[in-house]
Amino acid sequence: MHQIALSIPLVAVAILAATAMAAAVLGRNDRASLIVGSLGALVASGLGLVGAVLALATRAEIERAAAWALPLGSIRVGLDSLTAFFLFCIFLIAGLAALYGMGYLRGQQRRLAPAVVGFNLLVAAMVLVVLARDAVFFLLAWEVMSIASYFLVTFESERDSVRRAGTTYLIATHIGVLVLFALFGLLGRGAGSFAFADLARTGSRAGPQLCFILAVIGFGTKAGFWPLHFWLPDAHPAAPSHVSAVMSGVMIKMGIYGLLRVVSFLGPPPAWWGALLVLVGAISGIAGVVHALAQHDLKRLLAYHSVENIGIITLGIGVGLLGRAYGNPAVATLGYAGALLHVLNHGLFKGLLFQGAGSVLHGTGTRHLESLGGLSRRMPTTAAAFLVGAVAICGLPPLNGFVSEWLIYLGAFRGGTDLPARAVGAVAIALVALALIGGLAAACFVKAFGVVFLGEARSEGARHAHESGLAMRAAMIAGAIACLAIGLFPVAAIHLVAGAAAELGGTAGFPSLGALASISSLAGLLLALVGGLALLRMALLKSRPVERGTTWGCGYPHPSPRMQYTAASFADPVLAPFAAVLQIRTHAHLPEGMFPTAAHFDKHVGDMAGERVLVPIWRTFLHTALRLKVIQHGRMQLYLVYVLVTLVGLLLWQIGGALGG
Amino acid sequence: MADPGSIALHLGLLLLVPPLLPGLIAKTKAVASGRQGPPVLQPYRDIWKLLGKGAVYSQTTTWIFRAGPIVTLAAALCAGLLTPLVGPAAPLGFAGDVVLFAYLLALGRFFTMAAALDTGSSFEGMGASREATFSALAEPTLFLVLAILCIPAGSPSFAAAFTALPWQTWIAAHPPLIAATVALFVVLLAENSRIPVDDPSTHLELTMIHEVMVLDHSGPDYAFILYGGAIKLFLFASLLVHILVPVPAGLPGLPVFGAGVVAVAIVVGIVESITARLRLVRVPQFLIGASVVAMLGLLILVFRGTL
Repeated sequence: MHQIALSIPLVAVAILAATAMAAAVLGRNDRASLIVGSLGALVASGLGLVGAVLALATRAEIERAAAWALPLGSIRVGLDSLTAFFLFCIFLIAGLAALYGMGYLRGQQRRLAPAVVGFNLLVAAMVLVVLARDAVFFLLAWEVMSIASYFLVTFESERDSVRRAGTTYLIATHIGVLVLFALFGLLGRGAGSFAFADLARTGSRAGPQLCFILAVIGFGTKAGFWPLHFWLPDAHPAAPSHVSAVMSGVMIKMGIYGLLRVVSFLGPPPAWWGALLVLVGAISGIAGVVHALAQHDLKRLLAYHSVENIGIITLGIGVGLLGRAYGNPAVATLGYAGALLHVLNHGLFKGLLFQGAGSVLHGTGTRHLESLGGLSRRMPTTAAAFLVGAVAICGLPPLNGFVSEWLIYLGAFRGGTDLPARAVGAVAIALVALALIGGLAAACFVKAFGVVFLGEARSEGARHAHESGLAMRAAMIAGAIACLAIGLFPVAAIHLVAGAAAELGGTAGFPSLGALASISSLAGLLLALVGGLALLRMALLKSRPVERGTTWGCGYPHPSPRMQYTAASFADPVLAPFAAVLQIRTHAHLPEGMFPTAAHFDKHVGDMAGERVLVPIWRTFLHTALRLKVIQHGRMQLYLVYVLVTLVGLLLWQIGGALGG
Repeated sequence: MADPGSIALHLGLLLLVPPLLPGLIAKTKAVASGRQGPPVLQPYRDIWKLLGKGAVYSQTTTWIFRAGPIVTLAAALCAGLLTPLVGPAAPLGFAGDVVLFAYLLALGRFFTMAAALDTGSSFEGMGASREATFSALAEPTLFLVLAILCIPAGSPSFAAAFTALPWQTWIAAHPPLIAATVALFVVLLAENSRIPVDDPSTHLELTMIHEVMVLDHSGPDYAFILYGGAIKLFLFASLLVHILVPVPAGLPGLPVFGAGVVAVAIVVGIVESITARLRLVRVPQFLIGASVVAMLGLLILVFRGTL
């Protein structure tokens, strides 16, 4: 049975790779290439989902190695509860995205093959990343994933901003990989092989503190921890919308997966690891949502929310590590379960939101918030789906985001009670950060949903918007139903993460959570009450006059769409308390004189991570590196001396070692 | 809390008492300023009258506008089933209900703000923006208060928290609970749009927060909004009462609870009578101040190690 569970995702990878190749061969025929590639992705996702569910249901624990060797490593794949859960996330979200992409790409005026091939390769590579049980094979899959996504990011490469985003992304992801090389090098040095089983055996002797820091930096660059997220808000919006959904929804979660996997090699965690991750999570979460509030581009706003949600996930992992460090499995499993479930939930609602943003772009030709408005009348399905995603991402009941945030809250509260006083500071940070993130996210999504879908159209494009095609709508409806299902039936959803959370939490079984049934019944009650009150109002208004008029404008009878509150004005007071840390640039040319001419006002919020943290670090690094130039003269003789000195040095070291040993 | 009697009592209180509170506050303010003021039961009459009226909808609005009041009221009612009224337990309370309580109220706020933006009015957008700002800043304070209450109790539920409160010692000197009371009172004022955060009786749209968001609602929709707002105020008042005094379960607790809720309403009325509304730029400082108070309370609680 376990053998079958392992081979299904491998078959899915084969299908993805084969259809990617077929789509490449059919490259001249856009339609054929799109159909072959998308169908391949859909079939592979459906099959893979079956495999993931089978693996979760049978609690499959299996590892197999292929007969071929890789240089330094081997092709080794395996399944456990963590891998099975991530497989479930990948296949579910990629499947929905592939369905959406079928409709979305059809309208594009360029060669489609690169997007189709890239998408299938990206999904296949992610599957291999979570299946890999050998560091060399893992890094190989990781690299394919990064490069496939680079080609997806630069799909619309005729635009300058897209090419820039692609380059930034490529550099960022390779800096991350460099750190991962160092990490696995350190781990492998002690183990003598790069197989994960060996790394896990000797990981606690390989300098776990340094390894942990390297893992946080290396995987954090992919996941988008603040301030390593600098590439994310450029790269994710640049890709086609269904790819943004997969990148934000699952690809950055590969960083979370890698972190969890490597931490499990490093033996019992000290408490400061948990505290560090809580801090990283709190800063990423708050910085992410504050920057999201300041955005005027819908997709960029969503990309910053990925930083926020990665922050929430990291908070959960931090709480889990704290519980682990103090030997409290209840706190640990709650933190990990919340973090893992949020991985799935964020994938679902962020996928949904990016698809909604894609439909807006498709229907109006713009994603600039201030040019949109009133779309809910012309695009009702997209509006409803986006609303579901928006409520879910704010962590509000009765949707899925609430369930995972609730688990993290519960872990933090339990941590406050059960952990020693010095750990409570970190727990309190987690609580306050989650609450603040929740409040700010609500502000941001009321803004995004309200300005895009409600009120009156602010431009011609928005006035003549058209609803998306069947495939796109079907994908969004399915995503919305999934969000609602997890929110209404958390008892079932918790089974997806229970095994992995218990394993990470260092305990045999996941505690039964009777409270989840209460959440479920209250969510049902809430929906019933909403329905009941709607009927009540209908009955009340039945025999009474219901009129339509213009919006109350304080006596002004001719309101125009330009008089509506803008996204920037909406966000301004929310941002005010954070003004001290934000990079707010104002360019104003105010009306002056007796006969004022054209006036101009422009407010722009830059990313403080780049300007205040990364650029200074980079400058210092460059400055130090340039000092090494002293030894670089361009004279062959001198270089030969260096070689000689090094060789003699190594020889002496060897001899010394031999004598000493 | 399984017996039908106490459930009936809870539901009766939850459905019938809330509109009394805004009436009491208005009466207190009237008395304090030497006026006679509207009768205490006026909010009931207002709601009843509005339920019987027709409605006017703006041409700009969509179903979101109609959903706003309904979702807000439904969320408040659900939160009411989690909040203990008479006795420390609520009918549907569970381990972790405090989080659901806070997020249900947030859900209601989300839909109120969305409904405001649905009208396309710049005034309502302004109100929504302010509400978003202040509620985001009040949220951490609320969770710090919940942490002070729930961490010693061992479970994030109102029932555990209110059962575990140390009545004998706290009135004398219990800094964490004093901090929690002060902070929760500020949250009550902010969440229920009372002075000094918001002035519910102002007449200039530019200065309003909550009232301006619901300008375009009329008839039954507006009745739902008034009723939902009253329930929210009632729930916060109930939480304060439970922190301040032990409320026994069943009928013996009724006088204690009733007197407590009335007292909270009168205190809110007095605060409204003797303070002016803060300038809008000062409100964030007021709210952050409250969260600092709550944070201090939590620190004292944790590092004293006892409760």
